[in-house]
Amino acid sequence: MSRAMAATLPQPTTAEDQSGLLLDVQDLRTYFHVMDGTVRAVDGVSFSIKRGETLGIVGESGCGKSVTALTIMRLLDIPPAEIASGEVLFEGRDILSLPEEQMRHLRGNEIAMIFQEPMTSLNPVFTVGNQIAEAVRQHLRVSKREAMDRAIESLRLVGINFPERRVRQYPHEMSGGMRQRVMIAMALSCEPKLLIADEPTTALDVTIQAQILELIRRIQQDTGTALMLITHDLGVVAEMVHDVVVMYAGRVVEQGTVEEVLLQPRHPYTEGLLSSIPSKGMRGTRLNVIKGAVPNPFNMPAGCNFAPRCPYRFEPCPDHDPRIEEGGGPPIACWLWKRAPGHDIPQELHDRQVANARRAAEATTQAVSEAIPTEIVGRPVA
Amino acid sequence: MADDRREGDAPEELPTGDSTVPPIGGGMGAKGMDQPRIAEDMLVEGEPPPVQDSEVALKSLSQWQLAARRFRRHRMAMVGVGIFVFMILVIIVIPIFQPYVFQNIPGSMRPGGMPPGEVQRLVGGEFRTELSIFGTTGEGRDVFNLVVNGGRISFSVGLFSMLIAGFVGVIVGSIAGFFGGWVDNVLMRIVDVFFAIPFLFVILVAARFFGRGDVLSLVLIIGLLSWPLIARLVRASFLSLREADFVDAARAVGVGNLRIAFRHILPNALSPVIVAMTLLMANAIVLEAFVSFLGFGIRDTEISWGNALANAQEGIRFGNWWWAFFPGMAIALTVLSINFMGDGLRDALDPRSRE
Repeated sequence: MSRAMAATLPQPTTAEDQSGLLLDVQDLRTYFHVMDGTVRAVDGVSFSIKRGETLGIVGESGCGKSVTALTIMRLLDIPPAEIASGEVLFEGRDILSLPEEQMRHLRGNEIAMIFQEPMTSLNPVFTVGNQIAEAVRQHLRVSKREAMDRAIESLRLVGINFPERRVRQYPHEMSGGMRQRVMIAMALSCEPKLLIADEPTTALDVTIQAQILELIRRIQQDTGTALMLITHDLGVVAEMVHDVVVMYAGRVVEQGTVEEVLLQPRHPYTEGLLSSIPSKGMRGTRLNVIKGAVPNPFNMPAGCNFAPRCPYRFEPCPDHDPRIEEGGGPPIACWLWKRAPGHDIPQELHDRQVANARRAAEATTQAVSEAIPTEIVGRPVA
Repeated sequence: MADDRREGDAPEELPTGDSTVPPIGGGMGAKGMDQPRIAEDMLVEGEPPPVQDSEVALKSLSQWQLAARRFRRHRMAMVGVGIFVFMILVIIVIPIFQPYVFQNIPGSMRPGGMPPGEVQRLVGGEFRTELSIFGTTGEGRDVFNLVVNGGRISFSVGLFSMLIAGFVGVIVGSIAGFFGGWVDNVLMRIVDVFFAIPFLFVILVAARFFGRGDVLSLVLIIGLLSWPLIARLVRASFLSLREADFVDAARAVGVGNLRIAFRHILPNALSPVIVAMTLLMANAIVLEAFVSFLGFGIRDTEISWGNALANAQEGIRFGNWWWAFFPGMAIALTVLSINFMGDGLRDALDPRSRE
């Protein structure tokens, strides 16, 4: 199974690529100071992306995935946002401390971003050609004509028919899938080294989703662009990425290769995510859910963020905070996998979780490989 | 009419022959391997199906062009445009042949103008019978001549004070809305002050102390006192548009602040401003009449609708209604036509606002 999956993944092209870190995020903390207090939207997140590779960031709504992306792009308004600590090294440079003018040069040119909502991400008053050409002219000294030619080329690249005519159209003349292609074309027009895709298919119709993902993957293979893919869709993760970061309430709770995380999930939250994917065998039974809700951002638990919802919770969990990077061991923020101060790992509980997680992973693999989208999305539980 | 917008739409990704729907993100594991490469022929440029060709060939219309089309179909607005254009033509063309000549005839303000119709006028020492469609004043001045010449000043005041108010309002509102924070706070408190003081008194006082009785000073006074309304509108639009996805998207490709504010946000923020500016013009014309009527506006040596009305007070006492009626009608018609156009613009620029 895992061999087959590995075969579908794009392979790094050269040995050099494997060593070079393109993006290295260390202990990033982004807080929002608002009227009701401070929200720690991103609270100590670390990960890295190699040249040409794909990192998936998964987690439910509000876990800080998008804020992480916007922090890297430096698109947040400061204040109310505050980058409290951490560094974002892009090709070795800390981009959090770059002057805005240099950062502006980086955006679009070296790091590009695709947003979730194609319907509202294009300016309604300009033609799509103008908008792509504008992106080009921000970074390359070319004439308007050349920029427009480039816009046509990039529309062709994303599979839009008649790009010469489409460039003269306005966004309202295009459907969501088409607009997302335009967004991708715009993002790729300057051949960035890193592409951040923030749930690029969430707002799209299921049939278009697959096309857009395929397009992103094909372009990534052709151009060698690294991809940071933010999603809550584990099917997308399985198909698209090399490495996975699982986030919960502003923290990374588990990270590893896609095989590790999806086939041998270790954190109880990852297990919960996997077991809440419906599968054929479960028809007629209630859908598994992770009980409870994401903690109130103004009032985070003192210990493990996930403890209030965790079925394996034991003594240290409510009081001691398992940080993923602390205490050695595997990159999992959980006291079942790390020794809590003054507590041994309860072997019996640990084994039970491992077994449950394995079961969830198997069911998921089954579900994702068998299901067709209409069954995942459309049908009510019988 | 709402579906106008979509007329130019071209069908997106046309269905290809292959209707098998691939799973989201393809399959995981072994299944993922033999997934058919999703509709590859859609992704690469292929031979265009002829249907799509003709659809794409439809002229593509910008938002402004679509709005213009909706405006042209708005009946009241077109009536407004008709009246407005007629007035403009009259006040531009006719004064070329019948200029206003100020003559200060001492003691000439007396009752007894002639009603509309045939009038006797003293020209070069002899009486001549002429047709005066609006009648004459006591000094023998032709009311029609006053109205068409007065319109020049009234329109100029309306137009230019609207432009000044629009310009200042857009700049101030953009800065406040785009930068927010303390900049916004300071600018909006200034705007609040403008709203807090009684507008008419300030206009009168300003006209009394700074006005020199010419068009320019009146334009400046009215324009510089009317911009806060525009500034508020622009700021409100900016505040919401600043958070728009397309602004983030533009930033994400490296577009700078100034360009974002004035090229990306401003055109999207203009609709309510355009509507407000038309109404402002109507308002400025009324204000000019009001101020001139009270004797603080355009000096007596020139003629505006306000002046004409002020002079007409004399005649009204003696039942010479036409002294006041025609300048008054000119003001009313102009203001009405502008308001009609404003209504039409509002409906055309924001199709959702109808009903």
